[in-house]
Amino acid sequence: MRAPTYRLLRVWQRNRDVFLKIWRTEVPGFLAEPLFALLAMGVGLGTYVALDGDQGYLEFIAPGIVAAYSMFSASAECTYGSFVRMKFQRTYDAIIATPLNMEDVVAGEILWGATRSLMTTIAILIVIAAFGLVESPWALLVLPIAVLSGLMFSSIAMFFTSVAPTIYSFNYYFTLFLTPMFLFSGVFFPLDAFSPTVQRLCWISPLTPVANLTRAVVSGNPGEGSWWGLAIIIGLTAVFLPLSLVMMRRRLLK
Amino acid sequence: MSTIIKVRNVFKRFGTITAVAGLDLDVNQGECFGLLGPNGAGKTSLVRMIIATSPLTEGSIMVDGIDIAVKPRKIKANLGVVPQEENLDPDLTVLENLLVFSRYFDIPGKEARERALSNLQFFELQERHKAKIDELSGGMKRRLLIARALMSKPKLLILDEPTVGLDPQTRHLVWQKLIALKQQGVTLLLCTQNMEEAWRLCDRLAIMNEGKIVALGSPQELLATYGSSQVIEARPRSAEKRAAIQSRLTARGFQWHEIEDMLHIYQGKDQVLDAELESELDITSRHAPTLEDVFLRLTRRSLRE
Repeated sequence: MRAPTYRLLRVWQRNRDVFLKIWRTEVPGFLAEPLFALLAMGVGLGTYVALDGDQGYLEFIAPGIVAAYSMFSASAECTYGSFVRMKFQRTYDAIIATPLNMEDVVAGEILWGATRSLMTTIAILIVIAAFGLVESPWALLVLPIAVLSGLMFSSIAMFFTSVAPTIYSFNYYFTLFLTPMFLFSGVFFPLDAFSPTVQRLCWISPLTPVANLTRAVVSGNPGEGSWWGLAIIIGLTAVFLPLSLVMMRRRLLK
Repeated sequence: MSTIIKVRNVFKRFGTITAVAGLDLDVNQGECFGLLGPNGAGKTSLVRMIIATSPLTEGSIMVDGIDIAVKPRKIKANLGVVPQEENLDPDLTVLENLLVFSRYFDIPGKEARERALSNLQFFELQERHKAKIDELSGGMKRRLLIARALMSKPKLLILDEPTVGLDPQTRHLVWQKLIALKQQGVTLLLCTQNMEEAWRLCDRLAIMNEGKIVALGSPQELLATYGSSQVIEARPRSAEKRAAIQSRLTARGFQWHEIEDMLHIYQGKDQVLDAELESELDITSRHAPTLEDVFLRLTRRSLRE
């Protein structure tokens, strides 16, 4: 493995330029779907849900939705998006024949995945703020959390992409990895609904610390967050980022 | 004349398959050098090592005096690559393809735009600058690939079968542009299976077979060395006599070989087929040797894949 350099920004810029051309087709994924989830769960289902204290259900799940869709944005970008560029468009082949090396390309893709995470987070945050669901300026801390979460989920996704034999392999990734996280990471209900053992299992999910911290800052109570969760997020990134660089070099530079 | 590519004892192995088997090669600055060879001869593997996108199993390659294993980035900055498989960016327009590509070389925006427009003009694509890649014909895509490879004003342009699948008009247009580039001092390394292309463009050629160079020289030299004075293509009139005819040819000192069911007989100086052979052969063609004859002669028995 060689270390990526500033040239990774060239890949990020390429993806940004393409996004600015086609962003309209991306709106359903990064804005409409989370809003549908928020309305159906928060307003519809929420009418029948009573939480401890006086917190409304909509208020509870809004930060969870922010966290979950920051995960989905980064993951979609670095699985389907990256795979199409790598395999069908041969964009990586074209780029590595320029001064960029493989690591610049992969790191640029991961940084772009994190950027998509951040954009999704900002978009949903603006909407839920308009609903009056953001209670304090602490909510702005969700931005660095989204970047860290984006880097982590992009790195994990990129690792999977580097070993995925076909584009259909991502069905496994989404169904068996992302969907369970979406459901069991404290997005829709507090984890204390489970026994302590199951709760500990839920903390295996990398989305759990992201949802926990997002909720703590969006609700204006940063003190209630489990901040040690940052160590999970940073630790997983520290493992999967270099791993995806190594594996992608192995896959493409034969 | 200085050497721009120096390949020394290079091997490339994929598991048990040896794609490049101990190859030495020098390409001179300013020349058009052709690599000819059947499918699977190792041309693309060699080229991928030269452009630093595939690690060497053994040996060394210097490009412009720099070892590719040590400073691949520096070499890639001075290279233009036209791949065999089109890899234009379908998410971008024609012009955007060139602009985004020049950013990979850190070419400033204004300069990139000027170069892009002039390259589009050179390849007669200026009217399509807003088109999407999908809307281009095969010939336009190929021209755009070359235009893209020239964005960094490379000293060395490497082309892997640049005219395969093009109609004759477009092929001639591409040839004319490549000749113009050579006149501007760009070194060309051309992989091809098109004999006419090799004959027209290349100052020197290497014929590759099974991972090695089997002949090297100018097209004229190769023809003089391996071409004989006349080539006869013929079929035995009766299949039973095939073996007898072959052994008689050998006995009379003819060079020959069989491609499918056709005998290719290389008639040397002062050699003539006797009346008996003439009567037993159904001769379909007698012609002055071409590069294709040389190619077939040197790469026979290598129909593999």
